[in-house]
Amino acid sequence: MQKFERLEGLVAPLDRANVDTDLIIPKQFLKSIKRSGFGVNLFDELRYLDEGQPGQDCSQRPINSDFVLNQPRYQGASILLARQNFGCGSSREHAPWALDDFGFRVVIAPSFADIFYNNAFKNGILLIRLSEAEVDRLFEEVAANEGYRLDVDLEAQRVITPSGELLEFEVDAFRKHCLLEGLDDIGITLKDEDAIHAFEQRHRAERPWMFREA
Amino acid sequence: MPGQTLYDKLWSQHLVKERDDGTALIYIDRHLLHEVTSPQAFEGLRLAGRRPWRLDANLATPDHNVPTTLLERAEGNAGIKDPVSLIQVQTLDDNCESFGIEEFRINDPRQGIVHVVGPEQGATLPGMTVVCGDSHTATHGAFAALSHGIGTSEVEHVLATQCLLAQKMKNMQVRVEGELGEGVTAKDVVLAIIGRIGTAGGTGYAIEFAGSAIRGLSMEGRMTVCNMAIEAGARVGLIAVDDTTIDYLRDRHYAPRGEQWEAAVADWRNLVSDDGAEFDKVVTLDAAEIEPQVSWGTSPEMVAGIGGEVPDPAEADDDTARTGITRALEYMGLAPKQKITDIRLDKVFIGSCTNSRIEDLRAAAKVAKGHKVADSIALAMVVPGSGLVKRQAEEEGLDRVFIDAGFEWREPGCSMCLAMNADKLGAGEHCASTSNRNFEGRQGYGGRTHLVSPAMAAAAAIAGHFVDVRHFDAAAQEA
Ligand code: SF4
Repeated sequence: MQKFERLEGLVAPLDRANVDTDLIIPKQFLKSIKRSGFGVNLFDELRYLDEGQPGQDCSQRPINSDFVLNQPRYQGASILLARQNFGCGSSREHAPWALDDFGFRVVIAPSFADIFYNNAFKNGILLIRLSEAEVDRLFEEVAANEGYRLDVDLEAQRVITPSGELLEFEVDAFRKHCLLEGLDDIGITLKDEDAIHAFEQRHRAERPWMFREA
Repeated sequence: MPGQTLYDKLWSQHLVKERDDGTALIYIDRHLLHEVTSPQAFEGLRLAGRRPWRLDANLATPDHNVPTTLLERAEGNAGIKDPVSLIQVQTLDDNCESFGIEEFRINDPRQGIVHVVGPEQGATLPGMTVVCGDSHTATHGAFAALSHGIGTSEVEHVLATQCLLAQKMKNMQVRVEGELGEGVTAKDVVLAIIGRIGTAGGTGYAIEFAGSAIRGLSMEGRMTVCNMAIEAGARVGLIAVDDTTIDYLRDRHYAPRGEQWEAAVADWRNLVSDDGAEFDKVVTLDAAEIEPQVSWGTSPEMVAGIGGEVPDPAEADDDTARTGITRALEYMGLAPKQKITDIRLDKVFIGSCTNSRIEDLRAAAKVAKGHKVADSIALAMVVPGSGLVKRQAEEEGLDRVFIDAGFEWREPGCSMCLAMNADKLGAGEHCASTSNRNFEGRQGYGGRTHLVSPAMAAAAAIAGHFVDVRHFDAAAQEA
């Protein structure tokens, strides 16, 4: 998994509550055999004016120029500012895959759906819960200032605004550790590599027939 | 100290490490792969720059998406018409090739449904842990192997670490005692068990199937029973090792030989629950009471004996049951109290990882021999579980029996079990199916699945409706 330590990036606002995983990535794209490449279909129904199909060349599709992510001032954004209950709906891991592939490494919102919360951290995306009031104010500041950027420091658990204001956030120790170290379940299991090797050696000696290569 | 259950033994033999948070690292001996649940896992490996931990633990074959007509199969992958399916199968080929994993490709004679292929090759051995990105991995428990389905992230985890993060399950024993009646098969046994304990009855448990009727089953029959443990809610189904297990494995391709065989057999003999082992739950069934079963509803627990009738929601125990029955009858187009033998059929499917092994085909052929599929049946198909099953059936002349009776004789794959390829039910069509799931839309949008044994499916194909296979010839004459 990709590490997350600190990120200074452009903020894009998505002013809508209860953004569900279907909205993040519609179901027809789940047929894909890949975990990557979902970025062009992130928020597909909001971004384009037609119905998207997997494997389509999206550069030829009619764009919804009203949609915030299509506005020139938000191109290259890596921090998504959102409203409450972001990521509700299905358990599809394609949702964080799509956000990541698009270029978002951080989502800031007052609250997130449970499964999405897990899935995002598993994929190296930092989700930050701030109070409703703080989020409201960030929405105002983003709207008022073109090129609005935030500095997100995971180690110190704080978001630094352009004016130097510090917004502190909570994140559980295990998830923080995994992100800082870039560890996923596999990475953590591999920390027990020696134990696995030792087990394997013993197992092979006791029951060699379980191994096709002697 | 109380004795250990078979499950306890298998668990402790594979425990790499116990963690403080109650999870454990379990070592995986065999990992089976197919095209649907593996692509993202391989991609994950690639993105992280990882290699499979132990190549020889893995074995792959495409099964879900492969077409089953001879014409299409003659073209290999190019015969797969749906481009999405084609990409999935090709991706499996590419991944296996680039990572060095052994794969039985589409037209390899050893190709087939993973759960048929593993045991047939001796790749599933007693005492192993076996996993696959597929819930019917429980099948392999028939060999006293600790086996269960996993998700795509776990597929990647197993590829990368040869381990799985797991939590120990509880122990349940299902005893089937006595002798099964003539014409009553393993499929009827497992449907009767699910009818008794319900589709959530085994949730959180590893079920060990035991008792004289289970011991009396062939390995094929035992696989049929363990296959459907998941339909009773249990991820794991197990049956202890005995002579039947050992005889089946002798000389299988990946089975040990010579001195190693002797050592293995000695070890496998311990793979039984000790006398006095304690189970958290024990359920007992009388084999003599089990009739041939037919599912009438949209969940595998909605079954009745062939002599029975569809339930009446008005007589249900409570509101939840009443709503469930009403909704199922509506979907299935059946009337309360309709006799099971009055259910008319449109299609018949003999196949799937539940019932596509040689013994299943023999049982169906025995019934079909000398008869004709009823005119009212639009399609009756037999889909062998693997290329080797197909070849053996042809050596025994079973293909001729089926073809002469009017069945289509197909190439191996999952086929109409889940209708991911072109083999599907149309809306409203009733199908006698030897598969394992009768969920809404499982075999095609609006399709109506009735789960039965191969013999019952063959008899239904000939009669055009369900008949009691135990009195089959008499019924055919009446018709
Ligand atoms: S035959 Fe059916 S249940 Fe078995 S693996 Fe294939 S699709 Fe799944």
